Amino acid sequence: MAKITLSNLAHSYLNNPNHDDDYALKTLNHEWTDGTAYALLGPSGCGKTTLLNLISGLLTPSKGKILFDGNDVTELKTAARNIAQVFQFPVIYDTMTVRENLSFPLKNRGMKKDYIEKRVIEVADAISLSNILDKKANGLTADIKQKISLGRGLVREDVSAILFDEPLTVIDPHMKWQLRTQIKEIHKNLGHTMIYVTHDQTEALTFADKVIVMFEGQVLQIASAAELFERPEHTFVGYFIGSPGMNILPVTIEEGNAVLGGHNIMLNAKYKKLNGKIELGIRPEFVTLTNDPFALPVTIDRVEDVGHYKIARARFQDHQINIILNECDEIKSATTHVIFDKKKINIYQNDWRVKP
Amino acid sequence: MSLELKNISLAVEGHPHIYQTNLKLEKATMNVLLGPTLSGKTTLMRIMAGLEKPSSGQIIWNGEDITNRRLQDRDVAMVYQQFINYPTLSVYENIASPLRVMNKNKHEIEISVKNAAELLKIGSYLDRKPTELSGGQQQRCALARALVKGAGLVLLDEPLANLDYKLREELREEIPKIFERSGAIFVYATTEPEEALLLGGNTAALFEGRIRQFGKTSQAYRNPKDIITADVFSNPPMNFLKFSKIYENITFEGGVSLTKIDHLSNLPDGDYVAGFRPNHLDLTRKRADQIKFSVRINVTEITGSETFIHIDYTGKKWIGLVQGVHNLEPAAEISVYLDPAHIYIFLEDGNLEISASYATKVK
Repeated sequence: MAKITLSNLAHSYLNNPNHDDDYALKTLNHEWTDGTAYALLGPSGCGKTTLLNLISGLLTPSKGKILFDGNDVTELKTAARNIAQVFQFPVIYDTMTVRENLSFPLKNRGMKKDYIEKRVIEVADAISLSNILDKKANGLTADIKQKISLGRGLVREDVSAILFDEPLTVIDPHMKWQLRTQIKEIHKNLGHTMIYVTHDQTEALTFADKVIVMFEGQVLQIASAAELFERPEHTFVGYFIGSPGMNILPVTIEEGNAVLGGHNIMLNAKYKKLNGKIELGIRPEFVTLTNDPFALPVTIDRVEDVGHYKIARARFQDHQINIILNECDEIKSATTHVIFDKKKINIYQNDWRVKP
Repeated sequence: MSLELKNISLAVEGHPHIYQTNLKLEKATMNVLLGPTLSGKTTLMRIMAGLEKPSSGQIIWNGEDITNRRLQDRDVAMVYQQFINYPTLSVYENIASPLRVMNKNKHEIEISVKNAAELLKIGSYLDRKPTELSGGQQQRCALARALVKGAGLVLLDEPLANLDYKLREELREEIPKIFERSGAIFVYATTEPEEALLLGGNTAALFEGRIRQFGKTSQAYRNPKDIITADVFSNPPMNFLKFSKIYENITFEGGVSLTKIDHLSNLPDGDYVAGFRPNHLDLTRKRADQIKFSVRINVTEITGSETFIHIDYTGKKWIGLVQGVHNLEPAAEISVYLDPAHIYIFLEDGNLEISASYATKVK
C-alpha cells in the first residue's frame, strides 16, 4: 500500500504537443492518500483511462512524475510497480480451477503454501466463491469469471494499489449490488489504495471515498459524493452528477437577488459584483411546487414516472427546469409555480462556482 | 398494424430457450422487454425479426402468417448494443443505405436522410465517417438508419448499454419522442427497471425464457403478479421476509409480530412471503402504524442525494434507499421502519396474493 503522488503530470498522444488542446491529460498535481478508495468519473474521452494507464505504467507521461511513497516510478514498467489490475472483461486461466486462479498471483511471488491456502479462502469467502473453489474456470458464466478476476486483483495484500477499469460493466444489475458491496467490505478490511475507473455515476459515488470528476483532460473537482452533490465547483460537475443533473439557469445578480428572465430569486448569501457568464445552479431535488402566486411561474410539459420518484419537466420562458417529485405526488395543473431552496443555490461565473 | 406471437417456443439441441409464448403488440406502442441477461430478450427479438426460426408457433404480422418469411422481406429494422455502422461510408451514406436497397430516388433519399439526421441531432456530421464520431453519435447514426426505413417494427436490443450514463439519459428522453412520431411498433430490450419506466409504454418482464407478465409499465411495476416479476422490476433488488398469520396476529420471521393490519384482515390464515422495495424503508418513524425492525448495518453507500444502506435482519440481507446523506458505521445496530401499505404479499409458490395498498393511489 502506498501514497501516490502526481507531480506536474500531463500526457499527450502527439509527438510534439504545443497547445493545451493537444493534451489528453492536462497538467495535474495531486497526492493520493494511502488507503483511500478513489473513483475516476467522466464521459468517454475525458482522460480517465489515460490517467489510469499512467499510474499503472502502461503509458509513460509526456511531462511530470509519478511517485509511489516518494519513490519515482515514472519510468518503471507495470510489473515493477507492484500493483494489481482488474479489467472490464475477465482475465483468468480457463484450464485452472477457481482456487488455482486465485492462488496464481501469490504462487508467482513465492508466497508460502500455508499462507496461500489461507488467503485464497479469505478472499473467496469475501466475494462468495467458496462453494466453487475446485471447479474449472471454463464452463462458468461471464459473471462468475469476472468475480474470479476481481478475486485475483484482491488476493495480494502487499500491492501498492489496486486499479479497476470498469470492472462491473458486464455484470447484471442484481449481481452488481452484491459485488460492489463486497469490494467495499474488502476495502474496509484491507485498506488498500484503490483506483476505480467508471462512467457509471452510482458506481463511482457509492464506491469511492473521493471521486475525481474529469472533463476534456482536466480534473474539475476531487470530492466526496455529498460534496459533489451539494457544492459542484463547476457547472459540468453539476450537470454530470445527478440524474437528471443540476438545473443551470442564466441570471444576473442585482441587489443581492438573482434575476432570471425578469423574475427575482432570493439568495441565501451576498455576492459581490460579477462579470462574464453568470448562472444559477439548483438541483431538481431542491425545486418544489407551490401555490404561492409570487413564486416562479412554470408550465409542466411532461411528468415521468421513474418508480421511486417522478421527474417533472417544467418550463419558465425558454428555460427547462427539472423537478423531482415523490412517487405519490400528483400534478393537478400544467401551469403552476416553483420555489428554489435558497440554501441549496450555487452561483457560477464562467462555469466556476463563486464563493459568496 | 400489429405483431402477434402465437404459441412461439424455441429449443436449441433440446434445451428450451423460449418457453411457449403468446404476445400481441399493437400499432404505435412502445414495448419493453425487461429481464436479466440470458432471460431470452435477444432471442425473442431475433424471432420477431426473422433471424431465428421458432421451434413451434406462428408469427402473425397484420393478420398474415409470416413465420417462414425471409428477413429481407419483412417490415423490420433492428439496432444492437454494439454500434454497427459501415466504417468506410459517410454518416450520410450509412443512413441512406437501406433506402438505396429499396431503390428510392435521389430526392426522396435526401429528404429522408436529412429528417432522420435532424431528429437524432447528427445533421452536422453527415460528411464524417462513423469512426470520427463519439460513441453516442455512432449509436445515433445506427438509430437514424433504423428509423429512415420507416419500418413498421423497430427492434432495439439494449441500444444504450454501451454509452455513458449521461448520453443514455439524453437518448432515453429522446427515444419516446422519436417513437411517437414514427407510429411504428417499438420493441426495446433492457436489464434496467428504471429504463423501462422512463420509456413508459408496456413492459414484458422476462425470466429464464418465460414472459412472466405483460402490461402497462407503471402498472406492472406497482402490481407485479409474482415474486419473480417483482424482483426483475426492482433495482436495488426487492427485500423479502416470511411471515405467518393466525387469526389477527401476524408474526414475521425473526420474531416481529403485529396485530390487525386493516387491508390484511381478509387474508386467510397461513404462511406467506412479504416483499417491499428498498425505497420504502425509513430510518425514522414517519407514521404510528409503521413496523419496526432491528437491523445491523453492513455497508452504506452514499450517492450524494441518497444513501443505500445494506443491512442484515436476522441473517437476511436487505437494502434500504433513503433520502439524504447518512454515514452509518458498519456493524451499528439501528431500527428501520416500514409502512404496511408498501408490503406485497406473496404465496409460498411465489404468486401474488395481495398487492401493496399504496399502489392504487399513485396517479
